[in-house]
Amino acid sequence: MPISLSPMMMRQIIMDHYENPQYKHAPIGDVSKYEQVHMDSANCIDDIIVYVLVKDNKVIDACFDGVACTISTASTDIMCGLMIGKTFPEAKYIVEQYNNMIHEKEYNPDVLDEAIVFMNTAKQAARIHCATIGWDALEEILEHHHHEEK
Amino acid sequence: MIDSKKIRKDFPMYENHIKMQKHDLVYLDNASTTFKPYAVLRAEEEYNTRFTSNTHRGDYDLCFFNDTKLAEVRHTVAEFINANDDEVVFTNGTTMSINLVALGYATKHLNKDDEILLTVSEHASNVLPWYKVSQITGCKIKFIPLENGRVTPENVQKTLSKHTKIVAIAHVSNVLGYVNDIKAIAKVVHEAGAIIAVDGAQSVPHMKIDVKDLDIDFLSFSGHKMCGPTGTGVLYGKAKLLEETDPVFGGGGMNVKFDTDVSVKYLSAPAKFEAGTLHLEGIYGLEAAVKYLDEIGMENIEVLEKNFRKYAISELKKVPDLVIYNEDAEAGIITFNKKGVFAQDLATYLNSKGIAVRSGQHCAKMLHHYLNEIATVRMSIYFYTTKEDIDALVNALKNGGHFLDAYFA
Repeated sequence: MPISLSPMMMRQIIMDHYENPQYKHAPIGDVSKYEQVHMDSANCIDDIIVYVLVKDNKVIDACFDGVACTISTASTDIMCGLMIGKTFPEAKYIVEQYNNMIHEKEYNPDVLDEAIVFMNTAKQAARIHCATIGWDALEEILEHHHHEEK
Repeated sequence: MIDSKKIRKDFPMYENHIKMQKHDLVYLDNASTTFKPYAVLRAEEEYNTRFTSNTHRGDYDLCFFNDTKLAEVRHTVAEFINANDDEVVFTNGTTMSINLVALGYATKHLNKDDEILLTVSEHASNVLPWYKVSQITGCKIKFIPLENGRVTPENVQKTLSKHTKIVAIAHVSNVLGYVNDIKAIAKVVHEAGAIIAVDGAQSVPHMKIDVKDLDIDFLSFSGHKMCGPTGTGVLYGKAKLLEETDPVFGGGGMNVKFDTDVSVKYLSAPAKFEAGTLHLEGIYGLEAAVKYLDEIGMENIEVLEKNFRKYAISELKKVPDLVIYNEDAEAGIITFNKKGVFAQDLATYLNSKGIAVRSGQHCAKMLHHYLNEIATVRMSIYFYTTKEDIDALVNALKNGGHFLDAYFA
């Protein structure tokens, strides 16, 4: 994805993922096979569950459901799309790059695809939590697996 | 008449020309907290620079001075709400005041057959302390149905039963801004043999309150919502009820004696509720705030806010796709949404224009049962709000372009 995306295009990407999220639904298959993390916040209305199906150190499926604002819906939706099919090390690397971007550190934009539309989040500090709520849930699941395998 | 522009000279948050997102700050979150005038800051500073010492049993002049001063502040606050001096307890805010009533009075007097009445529009601080009472005593919690957002004496009457011991409601809802007819409600509550505990956080700063005329049993309010320091608050209780309330905190300054046989004799109210060193600088600041408000006049503040509310409503109604949830309310709290825009997204957009409003559930997490909305945006005014503040909000809502622009500014 070119880094020279115009604000207009970035806005459109966020709105598309907010209005027509592809991964905002409960797991279609057997829910019990999914890892799930419930995320909510005292500071805002967001209240979502992130579901991840893992097998052989790989993210097989990811989706989420609940109540969330534009930024958290779009960022979590984009995240799910990015993660499906990735190995754990790949997934962890992407999460790390995303967090670096959000916190205005050096990051590798090549692996973030559409998620780079959140590059300006730090300018609206109150929204950092919205842009990371789904990603934090995923990270928790990845960490959990990492420990189990040790 | 109050000249809001002139009055701003009393407030460092205006005199310092505070900016937000490179715009002059437009502060419309006064239901959350308020700005402090220089007079309040001076009073706090005075304690720290001229009168530092503790209260209680002072053997030296400074301490004696503070004991006297504390009594004076209590008197000032008592006069402000037409209470007697010994009916005013200093707390750290509305939340602590309500918890004192719940834990100190309700858990002592209620049992599993009793009922406490609340409404779905109450703030967390007027719900969770009562839930705690229910968990401890087994008493039941019931909800008075709202009538177009209001708590009416008729609906209170209908919900009261012979088991009702306490009715705990806000004088003014922090989301809907309706001013409940506490005098009429107190009357039906008392006729049923129950007591009324009023959350005054959103009323005491904005209108003249006379606890005797309203016949309120307990009234809780915060200093910081009325130009006073954070960490200050008041619990008013009728003398007899305070006497029947147990202290929740034990410590210095609230007991007469205690001994190894686990015996203790407490001081009488209000001292028995004020264990430990009080937030003295804050309390002196609170006195300055009360005097400041008194000088402006609570009646003047009420009239001014009503006029600003009318103006704000008439302007907000011109904004396309704006849904206002409490057009007919009295207090300076206006709650709205823009169709198709999530409340928090709208609030962030307004932040990018330097406008401070609040989004979400505003701590009234059961109100969605009434509003059928998950989240709303709330603007709230005070006597230093100007017409320009409201115009800035309306302009931002009207001419904002896309609400996500904030994200790419």
